[in-house]
Formats: sequence, C-alpha cells, structure tokens
Amino acid sequence: MSLLIKNGIVYDPINNIEGEKMDIFVSDGKIASDAKDAKEIDVNGKLVLPGGVEGHTHIAGGKVNAGRIMRPEDSRRGAEPRSKLTRAYSGCSVPNVYATGYRYAKMGYTFLMEAAMPPMAARHTHEELIEIPIVDKGAMPVLDNHWMTMECVKDGDMDKLTAYIAWMLKATKGFGIKIVNPGGVEAWAWGKNVSDLHDRVPNFDVSPAEILKGLSVANERLNLPHSIHVHCNRIGSPGNSETTLETYGLLSDVKNDDRQVMHATHTQFHGYGGENWGDFCSKADEIAKYVNSHNNLTIDLGVVMFCDTTTMTGDGPHEFNLYRLTRRKWSNHDVELEVGSGVVPFVYGPKIPPHAIMWAVGIELPLLIDDPWKVMMTTDNPNGCPFTFYPQIFAQLMSKKKREAMLEEVHPVVNSHAILPSIDRELDWNDIAIMTRGAPARLLGIDKHGKGHLGIGADADIAIYDIAPKEVDPAMDYKSIERAFSYTAYTIKSGEIVCKDNEVVAVPKGKTFYVDPEIDDSVMDTMLPDLKDKFKECYSINMANYPVQDAYLPNPYKISTKGT
Amino acid sequence: MSAENTTVTDVVCPFCGSLCDDLEVEVEGNKIVKVKKACKLGKSKIMGHQRIETPMIREDGEFKEVTYDEAIDKAAQILADSKRTLSYGWASTSCEAIEKGIHLSEVVGGVIDSTASVCHGPTVLAVQGVGSPGCTLGEVKNRADLVIFWGSNPVHAHPRHQARYSYNAKGFFSDGKEDRTLMVFDVRKTKTADKADEFVQVEPGSDYKIFSAMRTILSGNEDVVPDEVGGVSKEKLIEIIEMMKKAKFGVIFGGLGITQSRCRYKNLENVISFVDEMNEHAKFTLIAMRGHYNIGGFGQVCAWETGYPFAVDFSRGYAWYNPGEATAVDVLNRKECDVVLAVAADPVSNFPRASVEYMREVPVIQVDPYPNPTTEFADVVIPAAVAGVEAEGTAYRMDSISIRMRKIIDTKFLSDEEIFEKILNKVIERKEGA
Amino acid sequence: MGKINAKLISGRTLDQGATLENKMSTEFVEATAICEMNQKNLDALGVSEGDNVEVKTDFGTAVVKAKVNEGNPDHIVFVPMGPYANAVTGPECGGVGMPIYKGINADVLPTDNPVLDVKKLFGVI
Repeated sequence: MSLLIKNGIVYDPINNIEGEKMDIFVSDGKIASDAKDAKEIDVNGKLVLPGGVEGHTHIAGGKVNAGRIMRPEDSRRGAEPRSKLTRAYSGCSVPNVYATGYRYAKMGYTFLMEAAMPPMAARHTHEELIEIPIVDKGAMPVLDNHWMTMECVKDGDMDKLTAYIAWMLKATKGFGIKIVNPGGVEAWAWGKNVSDLHDRVPNFDVSPAEILKGLSVANERLNLPHSIHVHCNRIGSPGNSETTLETYGLLSDVKNDDRQVMHATHTQFHGYGGENWGDFCSKADEIAKYVNSHNNLTIDLGVVMFCDTTTMTGDGPHEFNLYRLTRRKWSNHDVELEVGSGVVPFVYGPKIPPHAIMWAVGIELPLLIDDPWKVMMTTDNPNGCPFTFYPQIFAQLMSKKKREAMLEEVHPVVNSHAILPSIDRELDWNDIAIMTRGAPARLLGIDKHGKGHLGIGADADIAIYDIAPKEVDPAMDYKSIERAFSYTAYTIKSGEIVCKDNEVVAVPKGKTFYVDPEIDDSVMDTMLPDLKDKFKECYSINMANYPVQDAYLPNPYKISTKGT
Repeated sequence: MSAENTTVTDVVCPFCGSLCDDLEVEVEGNKIVKVKKACKLGKSKIMGHQRIETPMIREDGEFKEVTYDEAIDKAAQILADSKRTLSYGWASTSCEAIEKGIHLSEVVGGVIDSTASVCHGPTVLAVQGVGSPGCTLGEVKNRADLVIFWGSNPVHAHPRHQARYSYNAKGFFSDGKEDRTLMVFDVRKTKTADKADEFVQVEPGSDYKIFSAMRTILSGNEDVVPDEVGGVSKEKLIEIIEMMKKAKFGVIFGGLGITQSRCRYKNLENVISFVDEMNEHAKFTLIAMRGHYNIGGFGQVCAWETGYPFAVDFSRGYAWYNPGEATAVDVLNRKECDVVLAVAADPVSNFPRASVEYMREVPVIQVDPYPNPTTEFADVVIPAAVAGVEAEGTAYRMDSISIRMRKIIDTKFLSDEEIFEKILNKVIERKEGA
Repeated sequence: MGKINAKLISGRTLDQGATLENKMSTEFVEATAICEMNQKNLDALGVSEGDNVEVKTDFGTAVVKAKVNEGNPDHIVFVPMGPYANAVTGPECGGVGMPIYKGINADVLPTDNPVLDVKKLFGVI
C-alpha cells in the first residue's frame, strides 16, 4: 500500500524536524521520498509522530501470566467482546495478549520492549510475544544473578563472561543485558537479600558492584546496540537514592562514543530519601543533578499514577516485602541458576503520603533533567500504572495547571517532602516526541533499524493524533492532550493503516527483534565446558532442549553485532 | 525417516507433569522399538497403544468410517450451529493445538475447560485467593533440605520425580537424600511414604484443620491448639513446625489428596498461606504436582489468551469466568450444553457417572489418538497424532517451564493442531462468512 | 457374610497410568477394577484377595476385585481413578467444579456378580 499523509504537523526529533508542516510518503512499508498511486490522507494540521517506542514494559512471559492467573478480578475489568477482526479483550493492569497489542496500537505505539525475560523460560516470553498483534517487539533476558555470571566475575574472567552472555543472548533470542537487583535475587533463593552494592552474595562471594561492572564490560565487548539496562538494588526503599547514585557512579569513567554505557530503569522507584516511611521524601533533584552532569547515563521514568495495578518484577525479595507490607496475595517464582520474580497487586492512593511522593518523583524527574534525550517515557507498566495512563502523564508534564489540579487532590506531604509544587517547567510537543520516540529508539539502538523516526527508509510506523499542535496550547488546554493521546486518528504500521479513531482495522503480525552477537569460537570454547557441566549437574532441563527454537520467532528481525 | 536404526536423544516425555526431557528412543524404519530412561508410564505411552484407526461418524447407532475432511466438515457444522458447546480436556496435547481450541470456543461462543477442573483446579482457585509461592524444579534439586509430599504419591503418579528433581536428586548445594529429610503426609501409607524419613498419617478430610493448627503453632499460639488434630498429635505438629523452621529450603509438593477431598480449594488456600508465613522463618515454596504433561500449558495459554486459566465461558462474546458455573462437570450436571467436544481427555471415564449420562443426549465430538469410553458416546470421532511422539509442540512442566516436544516418527494421522486449524477455518466460514 | 463401612479414596496408580491410554483393554480392567484394603478388613469381609466385592455408595455400585494393601489403615479403601471409581462417585462439585473423589462414605461387601468390562459398564452391547 502506498500512502501520502498530507499537511501533518510533524515532530521527528531524530531528524531534527520540530513541528513542520510536511507531507510523508509511504511505499512498500517504508517512509519514501515519493509514492505511486498513493492513497491520500489529508490530516489538515494534525500532529504526526513516528510510532511510539515503549522501551521498558512487562507484557509477556511467566510473571505477567502469573499476574493474569492470580487476578481474575483484573481480567474482568477490561473485558471487550470479539469482532470479526479482533479477539476478545480482557484485563486492565494484566491485559491478555490481544488487548495489549490492540490498546498500545490504538494509542500510537508500534514497538514494545519486554523488560525482563527469565532465560530458562524465554520460550514462554516468545510464545506470548508472537500472540501480541500488530506491534514489533523484543525482550531483554535477565542475566545478573546467574551462577555462571557470578563465577566469571569472581574469577575476573571477562572472556568467559562475554562468551556466556553471547551464548545466552543467542539461546534466548534476547535483545540485551538486563540487570535486576544484582546479587539480591540469588540471596533471595535462600530467603535473603543484599543491602548495598558491596555486600557479598552468599556462596558466590561477589558484590553487586562487581557483577554490574563485569556485565558492562561484556556488553561493550559484544558491541550490543543497547547498554546494560539496570534495575538497581534497594528498589522502593526509603533512602535508596544513595545506592542509586553510587550505582551510576560505578561507570562514571566508562565511555562509549555512540551511546550511553548504562541505562537506569524506572528511576522513580529508586529516587527516595529519608530513613523510613515517616520521613520518606523525593530525591529527584539529586538524581537529576547526576544525570545532567554525566553524558554516559540515561534513564527511564517508571511513573506512578493513582490506580489499582499489579506490581511484577524480577526482584523477588522486593515483592516479598510488598506482600509483607500489604498482605495482598503474592506469587513468587525463583528460576534455577538464574533469576527470580514476584507479583503482588497494589493500589496507589493519592492520600497515602509515600504514594503521593512517589507520584511526584516520577513527574519531577523529566522536568528536572535538562536534556530530554536522556529520558525514556515509561510507567514500568504495570508497576507504576498501566500504560493507558500515558495521556494523563503527558498532560501533567505539559501543563503546570494540570499538575496544580492534581496537587489539590493529593496528600499535602508533597509540599514539604517533594519538589513538584515548585517546578514551573512545562514540556513541549518536541520534548514529548523525544521521550516517547526519539530517545527510546536511540537508547535501545533501534533508530539504526528503522524505528523511532520518519527519515527516508525508516519503517513506516506512524501515529497521527487528532490534535492541532499549532492551534492548541497544551499548558492551558491539557484536557485536549488527555483526549488526543488516548487514541490516534490513525496508526500506521509498516505502511498499513491498522487503527483508525479507536478502532482496530487491520491485524498484521509484528516482528520479534533480537540480537545475535558474533563471537570467536575459541572464546566460546573457554566457556562451554563449564556450561555443559552446569546443565549436567545443576539444571533440570537438558542443554539441547534449552535454547529458544526458530518456531517461536516466525517473523524474526536479527541484529548482528561484531564484538571487539 | 530413514530405514536405519537411529536413536533420538533429549526426548521429552508426553505423559505426566514431570515432563522429563532426557529420554532416548530407538527408531527402526519409522517404528519405535525401544524407550530408554523413561518410567513405566512414559515408556508405555511412547511404545504406543491401540489407536482409533480412521475418522468415524455415527449413523443409526453404528460407526461409519469416513475421511478426515468428512469428519472435520461434520464436526465444524455441529460446532458452528451450536448454542453452547462444552469443549473439554486439552491437557494431553500441545500448546499450539490449545491455542486453536480456545480460538474456536471464542468463535462459537461456547465454554472451554480443561482437566484441571477435576485435578488442580482447586489449587488454581487458591492461587487466585492467596497467590503462589513457587520456584522451578531445579531450585529444589539444588537447594532443598526438606521435601514434603502432601496428598501426593509420586512413586505411582510421577515415578522419576524424586530421582530427577526432589528427594534423591543431587544438586549444587545438595548431595541428594543424604542431606535431605523426606516427609509424607497422607491418609494411608503409600509407596512414597515407605521411603520417607517421616510419615504422618492424617484422617481423610482433615487437611484443612491440620494446616490451621500448623499456622497457629507457627504464629506462637500453640496453647489454643487441641491435643489432637485430624489424627495427628499436637506434640507431633509442634515438632514438625520446629523442624521446618530450621530448614534452609523447604518445599511442599501438593497432590490430589488435598484438591479432591473435603474443603477442596480451601485446603490449598490454607497451605499456601502457611508457606507464605513460613517465609518469615525459612525459605519455603510450594509446587503443585500437575498430573498431565501439558495441563500446565493449558492454564498458561488460556491465561494469556483470555485472562483466565480454565473454565472460560465465551457466550457473551468475551471471556467470562465463574468456577462452578462454567466448570465442565457443573455444565454437564445442569445439562446446559448442546454439544460436547472432548479433546485429548476421557470425560466419560473420569467424571462422576451421573454427570456423564447427559452426554448420551447431545452430539459428542471426540478428538483423540486412543479409543476409550468417551468413544462409545461419540458421534464424530477424529483420530489425532500423538503429540510428543508423532507431532512437535510446546508443553509446560508442573513448575511452569516450557519445553518443545519432538516429533520422533512420521504418521498418517493429523495433529491436533492441524485438525483444529481446519475446524476453526470451516467454523469461521460458516458463522462469519469468508 | 461380612460388610465393612469405609472411606473410599480414588487416585492414580502405576498400572492405571500405564493403561489409561489403553482403556478398552483387559489390562485396564485389571488395573482399575480393584479395591485395595488391609488384610484385617479383607478378613472382616470374609473374602480372599482376588475375590469380587461390591463397592456401594449413595451414588452407585461397582463390582471390583479385592486386593491387599497393608499401607491402608482400617476402613480406608482405595479404587484407582477411572470408570469403576466414578460409578460410585457423586456429581456434587461444591460450587467449584470439583467432585469429591476422595473420602466418600462407602460400604464394601462380597458379591458373586461379575466385574464388567468397560463397554458393559456403560451399557454398550
């Protein structure tokens, strides 16, 4: 199909296009310089963006499904009947695979990165990913609490570690290196945790700091498109910003000319001061200060909104603590030699002081960080809130008036223990376009693979919103922002119109992105004997049956990398 | 396949929830001649049984042999025209087939339920109340020093479980049974109990009381516990709790003794709560001893496709979940379905007799490799390839780990996946136009 | 002739499992049309191992063969899961889909009636 989108107001930050009225041609699924027999869509001054890139979300795999199974009450809330074209929807914070794809696509998103894939259960993640309609996707294997990782780090054997990571990426068809509470999740397999970056992990005698630095070396040696993606230790605890800043500092001297060397995820959950829930406060200013003065670190937000949602992370001990805090139902799943996870339903209430502060931190961070290119917009869906809250979040970032209206409804502790009431900055269209398209694509390294921009040759993934940026002042008319970003006028995926005015009109199958790092056989051979031993002695599955088979990626998109 | 003798290794056993994946199968010219490393159950399955040889349609009370296309056409017509199909079974086939089955139920607006409703459904209901404190089987093998089977008899139902994963299995931090204590709680002394370090005999239907007593003792309130609970003395219970608190890693494997007896899912809610509370003292987990090799897979696929793990009712056009309403035995008890679709399961054998009598009154479609009592009630019979032997596909082990089953030999039979792809397309055509 | 009252449990056995995909065979009948009890209970019935007994509950009756299992306490009888056990299992599901398969109040008594094969059990000629 050829398309000509006429008269849109285009924001394409990667190509330095900032609110220009221009025409976009689509041909053979790509952005083109012109197109024969194009179907014309005159959008008449409406906002045109590249398709949204969701850089960190929990949408597929074991713990997401554990959330679904555990929460029929959530499934009931999102029910919508099937149609000839679409399958039935279910769920709100843990939607079924169909609702996930349809809702993201209707909001204008066309690429999703599953944030945490347990390697031994990678097959499950891929089985769900391929059922999510329309969008392209990838998944990041969690690799930091692995016995092999810790043993290599302990021995200081970076060759072996690099080979192991390469093997794991290939076996899981994974996208990059995800780190979750390094050391803490192995401790949790015995019911414990780590308390700071220099704690020794029981039985393995390495520290979280050593693990993180080792994985960073492997990441850079393999020349992966993305940096290490880090869920810091001490998530959700009062005073954790100290550990967060120390974590950032571990790589302060490391450089990569092309991109960041560390991406710190859901930073809101790691930006707290105080010593207990009584003096809990925002440290978004200190986090922002670090980010502003260092060019090798990027973050994503993990914004909290007031809602009934489901927390789910690979941070097993943290989820156990949430269970103890709330006495809500709790699912836990430790995976041998590798990872952990926990799922606990959670309600964030505006009148609960720590929750009010957490909400404030999530909104403060992007307003205090000078350079939007360092920030990916996320809610750590569904941990902070379901992704369907994005329109309300955009409105708060673009409008102080909206924030003031919200501040009236939340606990007054934010006046003394958070920073938000004193912030005047309002983000503009370009900032939003950067944080939801340009930055995520660039930080993940998929801008080089046709994502996050509308340059010639890019994938024709386009979101057209029913709002005229030249005519609307978002600071005043934030209700229009909320309305307009709730669903697109058109979502186009690989050149095909897939959504129109909140209806799904086509259901193509997306591609699964994965990274295949090249590595010398001789280096692999230093690692394989140990790995084979682990399978023989410790795993409960045979090595031959472990890797994700091609059958689970019917539409693969391989990114090959050449290491050093 | 070649005519020579080959050995297929790393074979995944398609029988029980242990999903052993280390089997070796010798094949001679497309015939399986030997199965190594399997237990009696897996070996029997893979060596093979009498099959339903051809598709059949019942006419005037007698089966008539037909082609696949004819049987599939007939099944599709019955399903498309139905008001409320009960689609049941699905535990002994691949995830890929299950996906098609769920889609089919959505299209026809019927009910789909799995064998879980008469097996570990109560465990799932308990999870929906209190959650699931679990881990993979390798965690047990590597770390557990206290292994408990409660209402579970693996020697008979999961024969290689103890050697591969639990009591006897050696792991990184464990020398196997040398470092382990094995406890068995059951109403009778089973073969599993024979080998236990400690066997605790409980009165039938008293598990709930015993879990409550254990939780009460654990919370420091033993003074209110009676001298004897469910046939177990208070002293014994206190001793057991003290032992559990000292464990480095304890695991309770829960079996049908607690799902199928008095209190049903409440038993599981209670023991799961106990495990949660134990975690204040020692690392403790619980794993359900899933019976069929892919009953876990049905729960996973159904959850990601519909939001619910079993007993899904699509009559409203979206998934509706109310166990007791759309669970298979209840639907049959209330005579509420107008078609029964039995897939990879044998409801006539495994449901209470009074419940299955209704199946004589409605069209029954059976898709299965093997003839069984459900065949006697069936009106359309479609023979399927044996998943894991004659067809590839995904299965989920009892600890939620999925493994891809191999195709070992060629077959003339269509796989469940192929059969349901065809039925689904025909039904969609009939109901919604091309 | 003796009669005992017992709690009936149904469940899995190796032989039942090995024949569950072969239900039309005699091996399946031999594996599942049995009732296990301890020697003392068998003696109270006045039968020997291998004799036919009738298991009777509020829901139905089934003729099966008596078998010794010393692991069974007094008045606990076990019939492997399947159509014979289910002939005496009730349909009530407690509102959650699960019949009571374990812990059914039953009488066991000697009988001269034959063990039916699976087809006859379901009234198929």
